[in-house]
Formats: sequence, structure tokens, C-alpha cells
Amino acid sequence: MDEALLRELTPTVIGVLVRRGVDFATAEDAVQDALVEAVRVWPHDPPHNPQGWLVTVAWRKFLDTVRADTFRQQREVRVENEPAPGPGEAVDDTLQMYFLCAHPSLTPASAAALTLRAVGGLTTRQIAQAYLVPEATMAQRISRAKRTISGVRFDRPGDISTVLRVLYLVFNEGYSGDIDLASEAIRLTRQLAGRTNHEEVLGLLALMLLHHARRPARTDSNGRLVPLAEQNRRLWDTHMIAEGVGVLQRALARDRLGEFQAQAAVAALHADARTAEETDWVQIVEWYDELVQITDSPVARLNRTVAVCQTDGPRAGLAALAELDPCLPRHTAVAAYLHECDGDLVTASRLYAEAARSAPNLSERDHLTRQAARINTRLRG
Amino acid sequence: MAKYLLLKHYRGAPASVNDVPMEQWTPEEITAHVQYMQDFADRLEGTGEFVDSQALSPEGTFVRHDGQGRPPVTDGPFAETKDLIAGWMVIDVESYERALELAGELSAAPGAGGKPIHEWLEVRPFMSASPTVTE
Repeated sequence: MDEALLRELTPTVIGVLVRRGVDFATAEDAVQDALVEAVRVWPHDPPHNPQGWLVTVAWRKFLDTVRADTFRQQREVRVENEPAPGPGEAVDDTLQMYFLCAHPSLTPASAAALTLRAVGGLTTRQIAQAYLVPEATMAQRISRAKRTISGVRFDRPGDISTVLRVLYLVFNEGYSGDIDLASEAIRLTRQLAGRTNHEEVLGLLALMLLHHARRPARTDSNGRLVPLAEQNRRLWDTHMIAEGVGVLQRALARDRLGEFQAQAAVAALHADARTAEETDWVQIVEWYDELVQITDSPVARLNRTVAVCQTDGPRAGLAALAELDPCLPRHTAVAAYLHECDGDLVTASRLYAEAARSAPNLSERDHLTRQAARINTRLRG
Repeated sequence: MAKYLLLKHYRGAPASVNDVPMEQWTPEEITAHVQYMQDFADRLEGTGEFVDSQALSPEGTFVRHDGQGRPPVTDGPFAETKDLIAGWMVIDVESYERALELAGELSAAPGAGGKPIHEWLEVRPFMSASPTVTE
């Protein structure tokens, strides 16, 4: 039973039904029903033509729905027989599905959930588990999302940047529960990269690969967060890093820089260093400068101060930090680090403890608390 | 999306505007109150924002380990503890503003005289899972 194939075919099969005139929401439901049927039937009766099988079963499920509705409404059955396949696809159905599910009228969270179902082929239960909400809640979130986009034309090209933001959101959600959303985001971005010719899709794919490659080193066996400088680099996935660097080079060769390419370049420079000391901080600062130019993002400016600390010293880092809004998330944690580099341990310890109190998640809070404790032990000793 | 706990206190929160103990309400007022809470939860499920809702009985006991091979020590229940949790609702919403909006609605559940209680609810953000990209 090839679940990967099943999920890969999901958006294509929805596309086929939509092309036959079924509205997106109904088509999506019919294909979900067909997927459930496939999971039941395929293990003992594998089809010769999986896509054809799914289309046939999904079409039958759709007809069942129409008949049931028609029976209820005492109307005539409009659609009876399966129509002949239409003319060749003018546009890529799978690609259109990405655009539709990331439509700007949707909130980012709804777009993410819908993308995971209609493009990723995950069940509502799996998505609910990944986001730690009840299945009924996720079902409603998805059906509301489908209603929101019910009037959207399927054959218009969409905005690739909204798609990328949704995929990045899914990637960043991490890996709670059974479904590894980071791997799923990589799969969907890789599939998208195969269907488009856009440098930022490659940039995002490279960024994801380069971060994902370091995942085994990012936490220790006790689940503790290990900062980049202290990670055991032998645990990094070198094949994945090589792939990420290759993808990034293809993107950069187009000479149309974007935010994901610039972020990936920073990640590539980290991944490229055999030890923390070998890190090429000068280039990293240059990439942060590019990133700030492209996005004007305060987060990029904040990260840049850490790189500046490495190239021009802690005082330069602190001076750069002084120009930023202290309310920025993680501002206090960065300030603590820069003061520690500058040798002001009392201030550093106080700021680490303060940062821990406002940390957005447990592993960061524990990490920052340990940083404060480590310095306090040194101060006492 | 971010998860928030809407915490309802028996004691420990500032007094409600319509501050009449429930046992002095009419049965119909209690039914209306319970219905309001149920409708609220149903509506949030419909908007894809509901996670969980639980009520706690007011009697609690403190427990602690008392060494290997010995039964745990208990203390209480205490009638006079300053803060007492009545129950909670967990929601998963787009923004902090939305969490406040929903807590405001929940606080308006009808009480004595069918008038909104205007009780104080505590809104606490959940610690989120670790993001993939941190450095």
C-alpha cells in the first residue's frame, strides 16, 4: 500500500473532478472519501492505474452525493454518466490547487490546514493531531476555509508568495504528534519546485532542507535545546545539506534575490562550517544586510546584531541592538547574549532570567533559565 | 493560531458586576446559564476555534511525596484558599485580540435576573511548541 503515492495523487485527482465541473468543496470531499476507500482496498487489491482508480472512485462518490442531494430535494439527476476525459490540461491542476488553498482571502492557519488536506492528502484527523485540536474543530476550520474560497475561479494563476508563506508556516509548526509537519512541508515544497520555475520556491526549499538537516543536533537526548554553536555537527545530515546547497545555487544563479534565498544563504554558511569557529560571519553579516534590504524585517535586524558581534565585537553588536525596538520578540535574549560576550555577566544573567519569563515555548524558557543559572554559578564560584 | 486558557475562578478573581451566588438564582436562570455556555462551545467548534472545556469540583487536596515506600502525605481540603479554579475553556485562535473578544463574550453569560454576570475571566496563553527555525 503506497501511501506516499496516494497523497501525491490527491491534488491531481481533485483537479480532474473540478475540471469536469464539480465545485472544489464537493470534489475535495469526494476525493477524501476515495482515499479512505483506497486505504481499505489497495492492500489486497492494488490497482494497475492508481490515478485512474482514484478518479473513478472519487467520481462515483461524487455521484452518490449528488443523488442523495437530489433525492432530498426531489430534483432530477443532472449528472449520470462519467464524461469522456476533457482536452489536455492547459494548466497544471496540482499547481492550481496550491494557489487555491493558499488564497489570500484565507487566514494563514486556515490556508495551512486546507493545503495539508487538499494538496497534502492528509486526513482531517491527522491534521487535527498535528495541531493538537479536536477533529471536529479541525473539520469545521477546513470546511469554513472551503466555503471562503467557493467563489474563486480555479483556472487563474495565483500568487506564489502567499503559497510560500503558507508552506513556511507549516514547516515552522515543527513536529508535535504523529505527523511530521516539517517533513510534509518539505515534500510539498519539493513538489511545487518541480512544477514551477521560480527562484524563491527553490530558496524556500533550500532553507527548509538546511534547517531540517540540523534537526538531529538541535535537541539532546533529554529534549534540551542545543544552541547552534554547541551542536554536535557530526549529527547533521550531510546529504540533505548538500542537496540544500545545490538547490540554493540553482536559485542564486537566476540572479533574482528574494528573502527565502537570503535566509537560505545564511543557513548554508552555518551548515558549511565544520566547527563553530570556522563560521564565515563576515559573509553572514552581508547576507543579513541583503535580507534587511529586501524585507526591512526587524527580526532580520535582530539576528544581524548577533552576527555583527562575531565580526566587529560585542560593543558593535550592542550598538546595533540599541537601534531596535526592545519589544521585539527575543530582544532580551539577544541582549543577554551580547552582554555576556562583552563580559558583563551580572547584566547578562539578569537579562537571561528576564528573557526566560517571556519565552514563547518551554524549550526556549528552559534553555534561557539554564543560561542564567550557568552564569550565576560562575559568579558565585 | 495560538492556544489560550480562559480560566474561571470560584475565588481569587475580582468580584463580578452581577455578583449573586448561583444557589440564589432561579432554576430557569441556571438552565439559561448552562445553555449559554453550551451554545458558546458549540459555536466555537463551528468556527474551528474550540479545543476543550472542563469544570472542576471545588474540593481539592494537596498531595506530596513522603519518601520511598511510604504513602504520600495529603493536606486539606482547605476552605480558605485564596484562589480557587472553577473550570476552564481552551481555545485556538488567530490572535490575542480574538482571545480577549471571546473571553468577553463568555463573561457575559446570563446570571441572576437573566442579566449578564460580567464575571472576570483570566486569559492565559499556552506555551507553544518549539518552532523549527529558531536561530
